[in-house]
Amino acid sequence: MNHLDMLEAQSVFILREAYKKLGKLGMLWSIGKDSTVMLWLAKKAFFGHCPFPFIHVDTTYKIPEMIAYRDKTAADLGLDLIVYSNREALAAGLGPASGRLVCCQALKTEALQQMTRQYAFDGLIVGVRRDEEGSRSKERVFSERNAQDQWDYANQPPELWDQFKTDFPKGHHIRVHPLLQWNELDVWRYIERENMPIIDLYFARDGERYRSLGCAPCTGKIASKAATVAEIIVELEKTSVAERAGRAQDQEDSYAMQKLRKAGYM
Amino acid sequence: METSRDILKIVVAGHVDHGKSTVIGRLLYDADALPQGVIDKVRRIAGETGKAFEFAYLLDAFEEEQKQGITIDTTQLQFHTAKRDYVIIDAPGHKEFLKNMISGAADAEAAFLVIDAARGVEEQSKRHAYMLSLLGIKQVCVIVNKMDLAAYAARVYRRISRDMDAFLEPLGLKARAYIPLSALKGDNVLRRSDNLDWYDGHTLIQALDAFVKEGRHGESRLRLPVQDVYKFDDRRIIAGRLEMGRLKEGDAIVIHPGGKKTTVRALAYWLEKDRAAEAGPGQSIGLILEDEFFNRRGEVISHETAPPLTTRSFQASLFWMGQSRLRVGQKYKLKIATQETEAEIGEIIRVIDASTLAAGPGAEGVKLNDVAEVIIKAREAVVLDLFVNCPATGRFVLVDDYNVVGGGIVTGVEAAPEAFRGFVSGDMKVGCDLFEEYYYSVEDQAVNKLPGPGLTYTVGEAVPLAGKSFSYPEFFDIAAFREKMVVKIRAGLTAEVLPLEEYRYGGLPVVDGRGFAFRISSCAQWAACAHDYAAATVADEAALSAKWLDFSAYRTIPFAGGA
Ligand SMILES: Nc1nc2c(ncn2[C@@H]2O[C@H](COP(=O)(O)OP(=O)(O)OP(=O)(O)O)[C@@H](O)[C@H]2O)c(=O)[nH]1
Ligand SMILES: [Mg+2]
Repeated sequence: MNHLDMLEAQSVFILREAYKKLGKLGMLWSIGKDSTVMLWLAKKAFFGHCPFPFIHVDTTYKIPEMIAYRDKTAADLGLDLIVYSNREALAAGLGPASGRLVCCQALKTEALQQMTRQYAFDGLIVGVRRDEEGSRSKERVFSERNAQDQWDYANQPPELWDQFKTDFPKGHHIRVHPLLQWNELDVWRYIERENMPIIDLYFARDGERYRSLGCAPCTGKIASKAATVAEIIVELEKTSVAERAGRAQDQEDSYAMQKLRKAGYM
Repeated sequence: METSRDILKIVVAGHVDHGKSTVIGRLLYDADALPQGVIDKVRRIAGETGKAFEFAYLLDAFEEEQKQGITIDTTQLQFHTAKRDYVIIDAPGHKEFLKNMISGAADAEAAFLVIDAARGVEEQSKRHAYMLSLLGIKQVCVIVNKMDLAAYAARVYRRISRDMDAFLEPLGLKARAYIPLSALKGDNVLRRSDNLDWYDGHTLIQALDAFVKEGRHGESRLRLPVQDVYKFDDRRIIAGRLEMGRLKEGDAIVIHPGGKKTTVRALAYWLEKDRAAEAGPGQSIGLILEDEFFNRRGEVISHETAPPLTTRSFQASLFWMGQSRLRVGQKYKLKIATQETEAEIGEIIRVIDASTLAAGPGAEGVKLNDVAEVIIKAREAVVLDLFVNCPATGRFVLVDDYNVVGGGIVTGVEAAPEAFRGFVSGDMKVGCDLFEEYYYSVEDQAVNKLPGPGLTYTVGEAVPLAGKSFSYPEFFDIAAFREKMVVKIRAGLTAEVLPLEEYRYGGLPVVDGRGFAFRISSCAQWAACAHDYAAATVADEAALSAKWLDFSAYRTIPFAGGA
């Protein structure tokens, strides 16, 4: 088995554990490359089936092409898709103008909390990776969130030998992280190997492309000529710029992500 | 990166503050293996706080970790050299976070043990070394760090090497090397340093590449713990990860506990490109079996040779991470591979202080961070291996009150042979499932079988002719083609057990070992049937069954909810 085979086998194992051991389960699908790889891995794990709903937490500020791609893919694959927005906050006028952390908190974190509660999820599969940023680098594969969706990151329980945390009080839930060990290049090499469909916002047009997808006002493009998966791989092999450099919410203060994630952000 | 490169997982362990995170940070920094953004962020933090640039912050990402200058939780990073790929695992050294150190180290195949030259061997240096040996990590390389604080003196280096050698020896560990370096200054990390010109061994990166990648354990044993059973479409798929061995279509397999036998019809796949007739260790696979038994999570599939052990009681070396003591008689949830059952501590043979190797009696129980040898008694039979034979089925965790509180490896078993069910006469034995109950599980949407007790019937003994799902006549014969034996039942008693070749069809009903009737009513038909079975290969079994067997003559399938 090579590196990608190993990553795939481990992710499939994790998805199957989650499906067997966690009651009500859903997968967060952000339309981006990571969660699209996760969707693909779910199909592998369950032999062409997707035995749980896919959830898109829609801030309504996403890059418009993402929404079109989402709806088309969901229809093509026959996904059970839940689109959830924090209607109340939107009605109250919350948006990027309210400030980045406030906006993220309301339209992403709180939306996610409301959705988790409304559907009573015991497990949410999330495509975060250790190499993305600091607080994610310290994550467990099965990571508990309490009744307020908080992450007690300074006191995580042991996790060894793939014996994941499957015992927790009612009302808590588990964030399942099948891609934790992958890095950005692994994701692209896997997309290439599997010849997987992927949203074309990642491919350069007019000398620019998105390296990471998020909300339109807060996600910048990078200068790039990489117009194919193979070219993206070559580009990433050379770059020394961090993946999330274009993501504004990471840059606010040194521990912004940690604070967001402690409060329930993915 | 070509696709066939090896990957080695390596943990960096050692006492608090001895410089583990700094060593890794320095290695990644010097090797230019970090994105610029990560380095900029640590620089910015140094600027904001007015402190020096800390290499450790490249790993210690939590605010609390940076403020306190201590690693709280473990993390993993990918790293690549010209030779191969690495996953480097940073472990915290503080005693309070031993559970996090173990969470990281449990994944590793090799280890660096970091010792501060100015402070020498300390409590967690020893405890971590012990944990590494318990976790089965045999390749350990010691880093004598902070040589800058010890005037780069060879004398200090030699003293630490001697001290550590003395501690490792009784653990059966021998350090592959002792590397003097300064993570802060970068001496002997990527480049050889003039400050340490008396040393001509490996630099850190050379030592990394000098670890040996051990192949996965032998292929002689097959171990596939069943993770789940899927029935999403017309395929019934047994899902699991192949922990050891190789498996091919057509392989004869045994399912433990219980010892049911069948063959692999096919490996399931989603994409045509993933179609394969064979699978190897580490792969997450799906099996389609010839016989649709009642299967469930926790069972372990093996070949007929080299089966795992089935037992309710075993001896283990265990490390304790629970706040309250482990005590005899206490009950925990035992998780071993995909099995879960309640277990009780039968005996504490001895308790070991992992930092001094002092052994004591178990009367007081086992306290946080100690190691013990114990006997564990499970409520039901568990399938396992000695850790040395198969790590994946030879290690377990104990769960108490939602959390993993202990982990251990199986060191000994009083092997109980698997329960035999069938007929015995002299040295002749015929296994059978004749008197077992079949039912349709509404939950699984599949026909399942309740494994019966391990009962044997000897000649002259009565057999249970009727059950919930079967009813046999008082006079009939049982033909076991696989074992080439026949059993005669007369007036509800076991009358005779004889080899197949001595049997003559006498007009009485004949059933197979499961109680399915053969569709025969004449000597000619019997001969044809026996001929078909003798000539059959395993793959023909479904066709053979369709041709000759009648399920419903003596059996029925009642509905039942759940397992
Ligand atoms: N002088 C000197 N200081 C060093 C060296 N290596 C690390 N340090 C310092 O030692 C302190 C502890 O280093 P860390 O890397 O955080 O130690 P650690 O072993 O990871 O500590 P824990 O993870 O908390 O157990 C930091 O202030 C480092 O700057 C070295 O080679 N020389
Ligand atoms: Mg550290």
